[in-house]
Amino acid sequence: MPRLRTVYAWELRKLLAQKRTFLGLGIAVLVPVVFAVALLVQQGQPEDVAFGRYVRQSGLAIPPVLLIFGSIWLFPLIAALVAGDIVAAEDNNGTLKTILTRSTDRSRIFVAKALAASTYAAVALALMGAVALVAGVAVSGFNPLVTLSGTTVSASKGLELIAFSLLVYMMPLLGIVAIALLLSVLTHNSAAAVVGALMISLILQLVTILPGLGALQPYLLTTQFNAWQGFLRTPIDYAPVVRAAWVCALYAVPCVAVAFTSFVRRDVTGG
Amino acid sequence: MTDASGAPPIHARGLVKEYGDVTAVAGVDLTVEAGDVYGYLGPNGAGKTTVLRMLLGLIRPTAGTARLFGRDPLLEGARALQGVAGFVEAPRFYPYMSGRRNLELLAALDGDGAAGRIDEALDIVEMTARQGHKVGGYSHGMRQRLGVAAALLRDPRLLLLDEPATGLDPAGMRDMRALVARLSSEGTTVLLSSHLMPEVEELCNRVAIVRTGRIVYEGDVESLRARAGGHWRLRTTDDVRAQQVLREQRGVSAVAGVPGTASAPSSLRFEADEAAIAALSIALVDAGAPPVELSPVRATLEDVFFTLTEDEPAVDGGLPATADPVPA
Ligand SMILES: Nc1ncnc2c1ncn2[C@@H]1O[C@H](COP(=O)(O)OP(=O)(O)O)[C@@H](O)[C@H]1O
Ligand SMILES: [Mg+2]
Repeated sequence: MPRLRTVYAWELRKLLAQKRTFLGLGIAVLVPVVFAVALLVQQGQPEDVAFGRYVRQSGLAIPPVLLIFGSIWLFPLIAALVAGDIVAAEDNNGTLKTILTRSTDRSRIFVAKALAASTYAAVALALMGAVALVAGVAVSGFNPLVTLSGTTVSASKGLELIAFSLLVYMMPLLGIVAIALLLSVLTHNSAAAVVGALMISLILQLVTILPGLGALQPYLLTTQFNAWQGFLRTPIDYAPVVRAAWVCALYAVPCVAVAFTSFVRRDVTGG
Repeated sequence: MTDASGAPPIHARGLVKEYGDVTAVAGVDLTVEAGDVYGYLGPNGAGKTTVLRMLLGLIRPTAGTARLFGRDPLLEGARALQGVAGFVEAPRFYPYMSGRRNLELLAALDGDGAAGRIDEALDIVEMTARQGHKVGGYSHGMRQRLGVAAALLRDPRLLLLDEPATGLDPAGMRDMRALVARLSSEGTTVLLSSHLMPEVEELCNRVAIVRTGRIVYEGDVESLRARAGGHWRLRTTDDVRAQQVLREQRGVSAVAGVPGTASAPSSLRFEADEAAIAALSIALVDAGAPPVELSPVRATLEDVFFTLTEDEPAVDGGLPATADPVPA
């Protein structure tokens, strides 16, 4: 049987051959560029968001602002765009039967697809982070960053903390990937899976503002999109990071397990 | 061509597939021996595709088992498809990649030297010139060819084809059939589903005729041909008098008048052994109604096919048991 890396590489090549792939990546690049350009041509700064006040003092403040902004729907959308499509699209155009009648087991194809969807989310996040840093530094300079505790860290230390922040941000993003993947397998419908994953992400955020449900907040997947902020405190607060790790796993693992089981066993009647 | 264990290419027992309250396949036993070109013949909706899906492990049987060279695709996954290739319904590819790129992808999923067979496979189906174009722009016939090329990459010992000539133009059909004949002569075992008796008659040595998920006939094509039977067609100078002679003649039965059509004048039909024909012609001349035309008309396999798949109720021993009728 072909090796997993071979199958995974072909999943990536398929992504690279599709326009929708570049839609998500394009947005990931465009958003920081637009933000930086807006800073150049406009007065003022976003005051009501953490780090918003400092975007003119240090380019390093721009990635955190975009991470906060992006957690509402932008990153869930980008992640779901590919993860929700990666199985359902093949169901719809009938290629699932084509690849499932070769010499590669369903389980391996599923793992390759899950890895490819995760890779895509990671690349989009990294791209946004990198472009935000470059654009930010170009507009506001490579200057020390004021943390959430009000302390100031050097520019190089700030860069390091932002890199860690991106890694932690990846955890809830993988949770969204898992949900979208599950919907992709179950619904056989790309649009339903993408929209469904996005809706779940939005509804989870809504839950926190409902009266009486506030206690749930620490255990919601979407709350973990703020866990990285622990890095931008002095001293660093690891508690939200640790919690994000297991809360995200609590969402992702069952979703992936159900998706896997369904994919491996189900009837392929499309095409 | 059979593997070490001696298991036949296809061995299915009691296959049933239900979709909700639709029974697509209602208990099919199927054995395809090495070297067979086996026709799985039935009208639309008879459950042909569903059987092929079960054989390929794409869907789970509600009951029964399917084995390819002794391996169950449900238990052994892709390993059960070793040496097996084919497609169900129209072959599907990634429209946003070229034909060649699609084959490269599939060869990667095959491993085992499949990539080295791409050029040859494209050449065999005459798609070399179009290999660089996106599949999205291919015609139905080109996709069908690419589907065959994709199957050939696996260097199959057993080829499963689901109505491969459907939707092809006459030249495409001819090429497809020539290819099946050639692969068979090179030793590939073929299971071919079809709704066209002439196709099966041309290509296959064995046939199962299916109807609403059940096999109503199974046997070699020769036996089917033998049981088809036939009748005689007679035109004379005086058909009224001739009909009288026919009714009185020994060894002649089932006499009937056939009204004329735009392309053929009216005639008489009857059934008789060849031995009775000489005496009959003399009797016709004596009666003053000499034959203008007296010719045997062989029933076509198509007629047999329609009898088996259209009559009510299911044909259960409705034919003389000369070949191997399948107990329903
Ligand atoms: N996925 C499915 N869901 C429900 N019914 C199906 C499905 N696939 C096939 N059928 C039904 O099963 C029967 C056999 O279908 P099929 O195997 O495609 O026939 P054939 O290939 O001989 O034309 C048909 O009545 C069809 O409607
Ligand atoms: Mg069919």
